Amino acid sequence: MTTLSETPIGRLRWAVADSRTLTVRALLHWARRPGDLAVGLLFPVMVVLMMGYVFGGQMDVPGGGGYRAFIVPGMFAMTMVFGVETTFAAIAADAARGVTDRFRAMPAASSAVIVGRGAADLLYSAASLAVMAGCGLLIGWRAHDGAARALAAFGLLLLLRFALVWVGVYLGLLAKGPESVTAVQILVWPIGFLSSALVAPDTMPGWLGAAAEWNPMSATVTACRDLFGAPVPDGGSWAAQHAALMAVAWPLLITAVFFPLAVRRYRALGR
Amino acid sequence: MSEPVFAVVAEGLRKRYGATEALAGLDLRVPAGTVHGLLGPNGAGKTTAVRVLTTLARPDAGHATVAGHDVVRGAAAVRRRVGLVGQHPAVDDVLTGRQNLVMFGRLHHLGPRTARRRADELLERFGLAGAAGRPAAQYSGGMRRRLDLAAGMILAPAVLFLDEPTTGLDPRSRTEVWDEVRALAGGGTTVVLTTQYLEEADRLATGISVVDSGRVIAEGSPDALKSRLGGDRIEVVLDDPGALDAAAGVLRRAAGAEVDVDAEALRLSAPVTGRDGRAAALTEAVRALDGAGVRAADIGLRRPTLDEVFLRLTEKEEVPA
Repeated sequence: MTTLSETPIGRLRWAVADSRTLTVRALLHWARRPGDLAVGLLFPVMVVLMMGYVFGGQMDVPGGGGYRAFIVPGMFAMTMVFGVETTFAAIAADAARGVTDRFRAMPAASSAVIVGRGAADLLYSAASLAVMAGCGLLIGWRAHDGAARALAAFGLLLLLRFALVWVGVYLGLLAKGPESVTAVQILVWPIGFLSSALVAPDTMPGWLGAAAEWNPMSATVTACRDLFGAPVPDGGSWAAQHAALMAVAWPLLITAVFFPLAVRRYRALGR
Repeated sequence: MSEPVFAVVAEGLRKRYGATEALAGLDLRVPAGTVHGLLGPNGAGKTTAVRVLTTLARPDAGHATVAGHDVVRGAAAVRRRVGLVGQHPAVDDVLTGRQNLVMFGRLHHLGPRTARRRADELLERFGLAGAAGRPAAQYSGGMRRRLDLAAGMILAPAVLFLDEPTTGLDPRSRTEVWDEVRALAGGGTTVVLTTQYLEEADRLATGISVVDSGRVIAEGSPDALKSRLGGDRIEVVLDDPGALDAAAGVLRRAAGAEVDVDAEALRLSAPVTGRDGRAAALTEAVRALDGAGVRAADIGLRRPTLDEVFLRLTEKEEVPA
């Protein structure tokens, strides 16, 4: 065991095994607290229903089609963005309670704490998407252009979530405790609402609409609408016209910035 | 690697956090198989010392070996040989006691079956078998501490570090933890524990290092330290301020030593110096006060508090060499 863990292959094997152990830990949390899991999964469904039925009557959707079908892809993306709070809270709570230090004092691979969290959050997000898609189908949303393009859309959504894992990890390690989740909400909510998720940005004042179109989340929303074969509002900006490209580029850029930051912050725990 | 004589050797450890010098050249030697206490007030550098020795923090200067391996260059080897129980129970509250220990076992690279078997052994050993299936959040303070200790014992470590293991525990839980520490030491584990309480170090440790401002300012066996610090004191509290001088005179003669007088609290104290022991010295003082007609509101024997230990040690420091 000792000799194995000192070769690069052996180290990689343990890094994978340790990450899996910590992913299983997160899954066990859900198994032990099914109520939390249910609330977490049903919250976005509630928002879809509320938005769809409360505001839906007054909304004209650009390009035709119902408002409910319009906002379902928006809610998918918004759930990915709000997932930052989940990552943040879990990382900050472990750090504050000394659980992270305990992991670090063990022979476990140091990357496992971050990778295990990321894998668990992606699984959770995939489950949220499945539940929301089921709800969407019930209220009139459809993937019109076939399974392959629909899967590509879900891939883009999870890519966005993947990028945001590192934002959540970085902020969680920076925080003094899980209480500062409010600060993260202040950051996350404008990103969620100042976007093309719920309304077409061209209905906003000019500069605000431009900001909404350049919002990374809007790129994913617009690309998904296109992949689902839903009407896409006309966007004036370059970002809106190249949404599919931006829906890949933004997450890669966010990862390129925040992954090294998160790793550096994690290593800095030892300084 | 042959069995090291010293389980922990630290030389000139320095660690600075911003403007604070947490460790200012800490030296430490802990013989293998003993219980060693790091005694000091909050902010003395005890926790930083433990963090450096368990590879959680890198020293700015100096070096240390734990269980024969360098804490910086051989960090991975050190992690396989030490257990750490931090100041606050670092267990997963949502998971059951058993799930916690299986998870920690897996992170120590035990196979699934071995991890489960080890978890069951430890639950049995720490008296948690009955609560194994309950989430840790429902455990009492003492039970959480024991689960925490069990998690630090997964690989039967050569050196176990306990950072203030009884802070915040009720007396009964504290006794439970003390019993566990004694049992571990009896089994050959080297234990390094930090504490603010002289009593705790006195009860558990065979060697004590008194830490202040990031350095060891005194070390030795509990008895050696206590006698160096003047040992037990007789303390007398009076009702009547007018009797203060008379009482001080009587006590000085009875104890044969200088008397500290706290005129505001009407409290006098003198060290126990006689060779006949504590009880004899107390009887002597009571008799002498009674004989002189001084009425005491309270009289008793008292061990030096940590405050006094520090005051005395730092007083000595200030005398120019």
